[in-house]
Amino acid sequence: MNRQDRITLAHGSGGLQSHRLIRELFLEYFGNELLNPLEDGAILQTNANKLVFTTDSHVVKPLFFPGGDIGKLAISGTVNDLAVCGAIPRWISCGMIIEEGFAIADLEKIVISMRQTADLADVQIVTGDTKVVEKGNADGIYINTAGIGTLIEGVDLGVHQIRPGDAVIINGFIGDHGAAIIRAREEFPVFFEIDSDCRPLNKETIALLSKLDGIRIMRDPTRGGVATTLNEFVSGQTFGLQIDENKLPIRPVVQGLCEPLGFDPLNLANEGKILIIIDPNEAQSALEILKSFPEDINSRIIGQVTGEAAGKVTLKTSIGSSRIIDMLSGEMLPRIC
Amino acid sequence: MLKYIDEFRNPDLVKSVVTEIQHEFSGKPIKLMEVCGGHTVTIFKYGIQKLLPKNIQLISGPGCPVCVTDIGYIDKVIALAHIENVIITSFGDMIRVPGSRSSLQKEKGHGIDVRICYSPMDAVNIAEKNQDKEIVFLGIGFETTAPAVAASIKFAADNGIYNFSVLSAHKTMPQAMKVLLDSGEIDLNGFICPGHVSAITGIHIYDFIARDYHIPCVVSGFEPLDMLESILMIVRQLNAGNAIVENQYTRSVRVNGNTHGMALMMDVFEAVDTEWRGIGTIPGSGLGICQKYHSFDANRKFNIETEPVREYTGCICGDIMRGVKVPTDCKLFAKICNPEDPKGSCMVSDEGSCATYFKYVISDS
Repeated sequence: MNRQDRITLAHGSGGLQSHRLIRELFLEYFGNELLNPLEDGAILQTNANKLVFTTDSHVVKPLFFPGGDIGKLAISGTVNDLAVCGAIPRWISCGMIIEEGFAIADLEKIVISMRQTADLADVQIVTGDTKVVEKGNADGIYINTAGIGTLIEGVDLGVHQIRPGDAVIINGFIGDHGAAIIRAREEFPVFFEIDSDCRPLNKETIALLSKLDGIRIMRDPTRGGVATTLNEFVSGQTFGLQIDENKLPIRPVVQGLCEPLGFDPLNLANEGKILIIIDPNEAQSALEILKSFPEDINSRIIGQVTGEAAGKVTLKTSIGSSRIIDMLSGEMLPRIC
Repeated sequence: MLKYIDEFRNPDLVKSVVTEIQHEFSGKPIKLMEVCGGHTVTIFKYGIQKLLPKNIQLISGPGCPVCVTDIGYIDKVIALAHIENVIITSFGDMIRVPGSRSSLQKEKGHGIDVRICYSPMDAVNIAEKNQDKEIVFLGIGFETTAPAVAASIKFAADNGIYNFSVLSAHKTMPQAMKVLLDSGEIDLNGFICPGHVSAITGIHIYDFIARDYHIPCVVSGFEPLDMLESILMIVRQLNAGNAIVENQYTRSVRVNGNTHGMALMMDVFEAVDTEWRGIGTIPGSGLGICQKYHSFDANRKFNIETEPVREYTGCICGDIMRGVKVPTDCKLFAKICNPEDPKGSCMVSDEGSCATYFKYVISDS
């Protein structure tokens, strides 16, 4: 294969170089019967009554981080958005905006990672687009993925299903992705190893929904962290949430990173976590199902829905008092001393 | 390290100290001031006020470094940032602080180069790597951060890194506490004294408070148990009619402090009059860069011109910092002033009273 080393504006021209890039790189790794004809759109066939459609743009610095890269993130993020809606993720689109001069070897790594993640999630990349912008007009690469999934029959998830007494479950450690990114940016003199939790979660959600009836709502606590997602559940509602600080699964390294910087692990991003609100009678079964996946072995109940403190998320603090957990506001900045 | 921290958050021990406070507290209303913003955060983060008897009121003092930084300083920083080839380096929370007309964060959108550092030495490293640029570090904070900034200036001087300078607005704590006491605006029964400041200065800087004002002082650590134990120590002093300076934070604070850090600070800085937001000018309470290191003083290096300072009408940050009012007394609070769009400095830092109230209290009511 005769390729240049770096992306040039010609790769985005729509001409010969664009076609070569598509055939020699994208098609080589993404190829499937829906994408291969390289039509302007993919024709999708399904017997499902209801489709779920989502889109997400991915920008991350650095592009490669412990436990993942922008490609893995771009597939996982969209798959997870479909999964928590109760869908079986099926088809993904991939739009890339690449900065002139970007190393093709890095692009290839990203593309391979996307394919591997797509295989893991059992989804196909069926359509795409590539644009190249002049050097300095983008930060390496941005990836937009949209996804279509088929809604699992009979599933009706949403805030309207939540009842006081329901249990709140998370499928493992909080804040790993955010901590991995902070570590990878090397902005602070912190020395520890932590991998991002970035991965698709549709196997878990499908297993849960096919075996249990009592799941009220699921959401993936990405940017803004667990604190923000919990607040989204209760905002403007007639119920509240009570979370038990002692039950929150947080790795010592993540806690250790947050202590000196003044960050709250509840505000750190996750890319492989689901928050589930469920009928308390089914909470134990849900934990068993989750724990059958090796990555979810640390799943646990972290709190419950309450009829009091409507619209608020209350944290029972580790010392036995209580406080409110609010959404993350603004960007997280380390404190002075 | 975490095991070490967890021991200071042990719920059983917390319960037993709270029981002792309840048992020993006379019931007569008392007001204790936690001077340091780090203490304010612990109080709200762990819900400490709720564990205390009702008549023990905790009020926040002027110990949040961002909050006491004068608006004129921010205006100056923004003007500096717009000078060609200048890179501003700063501790994190400073970039959100509003000046008269803008903040560094807003100005970032207009192309200024601002970089967040965790240590002033990071700024020196940036200077070494960008020799065609001028790197200005924003020296704010109390005795806690001043020695590290002094060390960075000394390092730059020793290694000939002349494209590094510091815009110093460092402040020292005891003078501000004296001004608060002399104003007669608040009636305090005890001081929970800042732990990290004391780790540098030692605990004798508070002697005058105990001696001249007959107010108990306890230097406290930052974990929930530290703070509760400090409150218990103050309650015991009050019961015994004592007013002495005690050290609860013995694992970090030596009676005479960090003499090396103090010496470094005194080598690089000298006492100057400085403006405290909300309090005004306090003679001798600032740290200016002394003559020996003038070439590292951004104030002298650059000709910085700013327009007259403009305070946001209705902002009562000053009263809040003096402990006279609480954030919920402010007309702007949570209406047009919030952490996303702060109008006053107390809403900026996570340690600021308004931000802490906003985060932990407003939605609690």
